[in-house]
Amino acid sequence: MMPKPMLEIKNVTMKFGNLVANQDVSFTVNKGEIVSLIGPNGAGKTTLFNCITGFYKPYSGKIIFDGEDITGKTPYYVAKLGLTRTFQIVKPLKDMTVKENILTGAFLRNPVRAQAEKVAQEILEIVHLTDKSDILAGSLTIADKKRLEIGRALATDPKMLMLDEAMAGLNQTEIKEAMDLCLKLRDEGITLLIVEHIMEAIMPISDRVVVLNAGKKIADDVPEKVTNNEEVIKAYLGERYHAKSKKS
Amino acid sequence: MFAQVIASGLLLGFVYSLVAIGLTLVWGVMDIINFAHGEFLMIAMYSAFWMYSLVNLDPLVSLPIVAVLVFGVGVLTYKLIIKRVIDAPGLTALLATFGLSLFIRNLAQFLWSPNYRFIGDCFVSDKKVMLGPVVVGLPQLVAAIGSIIMTLLVFYFIQRTKTGRAIQAAALDRNTAKLMGIDTEKVYALTFGLSGACVGVAGALMASFFPVSPDAGVLYSLLAFVIVALGGFGNISGALYGGLIIGLAEALGGYYIGTEFKYAIVFLIYLLVIQVRPKGLFGW
Amino acid sequence: MKKSKISPLIIILLVILVLPFIKADINFQHMLIIFLIFAGLGEAWNLITGFAGQTSFGHAAFFGIGAYTSTILFYKFSISPWVGMLVGIAVSTLVAAFVSYPCFKLKGHYFAIATMAIAEITKQLFISWDYVEGATGIMIPIVDESLASMQFHTSKIPYFIIAYCLFVISILIANYIEKNRMGFYLKAIRESNEAAESIGINTTVYKLYAMMVSAALSAAFGTLYAQYILYIDPFMLFSLDISMKIVLLTVLGGLGNIYGPIIGAAILIPLSEYTRIFFGGTGKGIDLIIFGALIVVVACFEPRGILGAFKKKRKVERGAYDAKANA
Repeated sequence: MMPKPMLEIKNVTMKFGNLVANQDVSFTVNKGEIVSLIGPNGAGKTTLFNCITGFYKPYSGKIIFDGEDITGKTPYYVAKLGLTRTFQIVKPLKDMTVKENILTGAFLRNPVRAQAEKVAQEILEIVHLTDKSDILAGSLTIADKKRLEIGRALATDPKMLMLDEAMAGLNQTEIKEAMDLCLKLRDEGITLLIVEHIMEAIMPISDRVVVLNAGKKIADDVPEKVTNNEEVIKAYLGERYHAKSKKS
Repeated sequence: MFAQVIASGLLLGFVYSLVAIGLTLVWGVMDIINFAHGEFLMIAMYSAFWMYSLVNLDPLVSLPIVAVLVFGVGVLTYKLIIKRVIDAPGLTALLATFGLSLFIRNLAQFLWSPNYRFIGDCFVSDKKVMLGPVVVGLPQLVAAIGSIIMTLLVFYFIQRTKTGRAIQAAALDRNTAKLMGIDTEKVYALTFGLSGACVGVAGALMASFFPVSPDAGVLYSLLAFVIVALGGFGNISGALYGGLIIGLAEALGGYYIGTEFKYAIVFLIYLLVIQVRPKGLFGW
Repeated sequence: MKKSKISPLIIILLVILVLPFIKADINFQHMLIIFLIFAGLGEAWNLITGFAGQTSFGHAAFFGIGAYTSTILFYKFSISPWVGMLVGIAVSTLVAAFVSYPCFKLKGHYFAIATMAIAEITKQLFISWDYVEGATGIMIPIVDESLASMQFHTSKIPYFIIAYCLFVISILIANYIEKNRMGFYLKAIRESNEAAESIGINTTVYKLYAMMVSAALSAAFGTLYAQYILYIDPFMLFSLDISMKIVLLTVLGGLGNIYGPIIGAAILIPLSEYTRIFFGGTGKGIDLIIFGALIVVVACFEPRGILGAFKKKRKVERGAYDAKANA
């Protein structure tokens, strides 16, 4: 069966004044895939996330989600279509409880409170926050805030979920949990695009890895090939290290 | 006639700027909206008035005394009230300053009655000056010059002195400033005092040509809010230019459209500018 | 848990209802009517500021538009204030939508100052609008007392009942909003505009809804206020003092909670009305000196609002739970 594209990024360029954050980036995420977006700091990953989800309007290029052109559409519209993201710097609704946070997300597909409550309960289970449901989101630990961020996004019942460094700052066990969660979500039919720095965590679960460096795409392949890609190693470890490792 | 209107607008604008600079200092450094700012101005006007009518001091002579006095009022306000609400959430600080403004305004009414009072015969009274093709009142001219001098002093203080830089640092990031060894407590008290000194000077200058009454500060604080927002919160040059724009708008609008609409025009200009520059002309 | 939140509200409402009959004193009844009007205005304001987090310093505009619309219709065309109230609600809602929409892209203080500017412009326009008697204001013609004319000269009880009904309606609306999707969406917008957008909330439209409902309720109270006082002028209705009184009592009671305005009004209104009755006669503003000083004292010693003081206690308990959970 031919893979069906869920998200198509076509020649996206994003500039801030003279600073080019994304240059002519193109790639596709197919339905049911887990794709990781990696790259050194400042490679333009979060900027690309913001362009896709409507927080920025790309300078040029096209973004197509599930067959619909969403270039320059507003964030809420993109979310309504079924593309939801989390934020690298978590944005909990601080003065609301954990459950209220998730409930707010659940209202998108369930306008009636009782239905939304039901969905929220399920999500709380999935992200392991049931026993903290009445705590104010602002007073959670960072790990729990990251869980909450994913939970709130999940509550909108997305077709595709985009996670921006959802694992940064977590310990080994928590990372393992997060990996399992990603696989579980994929099995439930949710497509995932993940920005992450922790290679051990994403390489095993990714179907494909897209690498950005200095705003440009430098690789797009299965994990094994990407890890052996010369340009990627250069980008990550720097020219000198690369040269040294070649000599030895 | 056009030049005449422009001139009077500009002269008024410099005074507005000074009042607004006082407001924006506190706003920028402490993120506090001082609703009692207009009342500080009113205190300054009354101080000048009483020194004139009781001991026959010309407002120009009493000006430094008034400035120091209102500086003290500012410091006292910080120590007694603001200090307690500066970390409070949301709009609590506003509650406190609004309560203070009610208190001061009505205390003034209680003590000195709601009557308008005038400084009838001081050095600048009723004199006119020819500036090229335009005739301006000496009181207005002196007020504008005085305001410019005070504005320059504030600029110099903030940008060139060590204490001024400490104020800037505290405005940028309070916690970091604290870590760098800046006594934020002192900086805040000083900022409030300086804010008071600004309206102290403005009030003493205005007392020679505006009626003095308990409500005298209300309109000017309203205008100062708009000027500060127009320039960008906490931005001193913003407040300076904002004051001039509002002064000109008031004069031009009053002359060409009708005096009764001049303040409506002033507020409308804010609403229009903010559509193009949502963070004020000099906001970032 | 949800049930237990409804019942204290019903108790409060019942207590308020019997109060004017228990103490049939004119001053007390007057105070109650003013209390209901301002608590209701607080509920309305709370929707846009407490829930949605958009600080409005200009609610006097909507209050004043409500008062002026019904008064003009009654004064010029002898149309019943009830019809006037409905028209006033419509006008106020439209004005709110029209003027606040372009302001929603403004953040924080810039929005607050914009609302203040809107109220000031409205005031200046009414001052110079001859058709509505400009700065002189309008004495509402006294007619025979009847429900239709919304005028009662022999007893304050009918005014109380009308104020009570409007108040209950605003509580019901606020309560409904708080418990359902709109309330959650508004709070999400308050907490983080970006997070709200990311989960599919059209933040501009929801802010607009909140503003329109808020303006509609404020206008209804405006009509009642005009019919009760029987005199209106632009200085009184569109003043910053009215806008700020609404802000003060809600902040004092507790923002973003339907009990906040009730608690705040229950403290501030008796305070201001009774100081006015006791000291106001001197014409020297002693009432407002005391009022102002008390606000300062309350702000200094209970900076989180009355409800916040209770919440603080609860948070400590929650914090203990949190610590346990993390241990």
